Amino acid sequence: MTTTNVGADDTPWVDGNALAGPLGEIIGTDLTVAELTCASCRTTRPLAAMRVFDRAPGLVARCPGCQDVVMRVVRTSSHVLVDLRGSLVLSLPAPTA
Amino acid sequence: MGGYVLTADNPITGALAEHGVAMGGYHIGIHRPSGSTGGSGVAAARPHGEGRMAVITRGFGGRRRDNTDLPPGQYRTDDFPVLSAGPTPRIGLDEWELAVVTETGGRSTWSWPEFTALPTDEATVDIHCVTRWSKFDTSWRGVSVDTLLADVETAAEYVVAHSYGGYTTNFPLEDLLDGQAWVAYEFDGEPLAPVHGGPARLLVPHLYFWKSAKWLRALELRLDDQPGFWETAGYHNYGDPWREQRHWAD
Repeated sequence: MTTTNVGADDTPWVDGNALAGPLGEIIGTDLTVAELTCASCRTTRPLAAMRVFDRAPGLVARCPGCQDVVMRVVRTSSHVLVDLRGSLVLSLPAPTA
Repeated sequence: MGGYVLTADNPITGALAEHGVAMGGYHIGIHRPSGSTGGSGVAAARPHGEGRMAVITRGFGGRRRDNTDLPPGQYRTDDFPVLSAGPTPRIGLDEWELAVVTETGGRSTWSWPEFTALPTDEATVDIHCVTRWSKFDTSWRGVSVDTLLADVETAAEYVVAHSYGGYTTNFPLEDLLDGQAWVAYEFDGEPLAPVHGGPARLLVPHLYFWKSAKWLRALELRLDDQPGFWETAGYHNYGDPWREQRHWAD
């Protein structure tokens, strides 16, 4: 589930759970439990804590602390592109046997 | 001649414009000829910095618009959807500045009073968003990029537009010249709202609207091409809506 927020800046965003669908579709695992480390402010937070601007040509996830872009997801006619240059680390729990 | 033809109210100059002759007039209509398959060319030569206002209106005034005016894959809307990749920057006019930076580091800047004292055009144009909506006959006032670059010496062939908030987008320089691009600060006769890119945004209507960068801060002239925010994330480097250049592979 995602929630929509309209801040004082008039630009609506949704929480990072909005990334789970498109990313899970291509990576095949539940990424809502993943953690991202922002390349700008180096803070580590759950994916769900990111602010996702989805009223755009793609999904743009921003760090809630420094507002820098941590991830971009674009769907073309044949591919889903995931740009992670704004993230230092993507951390996922190891699968249990 | 590419996706647009320039016509003038004067039937003689208008006829010349229909044949792709660049005009020096101040009453210029922009319309797409039926059957056009696109391209980047618009050539409307205009004297720079003469303190006169060009009025650019659609040709065939009052002609009813229909779906033949839509690029492939687009639908028409009468709304003005707001798309944004991040928070809306709020820039006070007392701190706003527009810069043109050359490949040698030369820098020209305009404060808000200086910028709004430049000669302006009124442009009525169709806009086409890559998310498939198009809006016909949008009305803007702004400063032609020709005016901003009139006194700039450069060998650059490319431009990166930089926005407040960090957004970037790239162009061949020729696509911003000859009456094809403006830095717009009024929409429908009102100051441009922040959600639509105010105080001032780039307006490049012959390319998909992501190229019309909101909250414009600088135009960087470069010798080499440098793909921008969406262009590095799967969107087409050029973005011609008439050739449906949405993504890298298009």
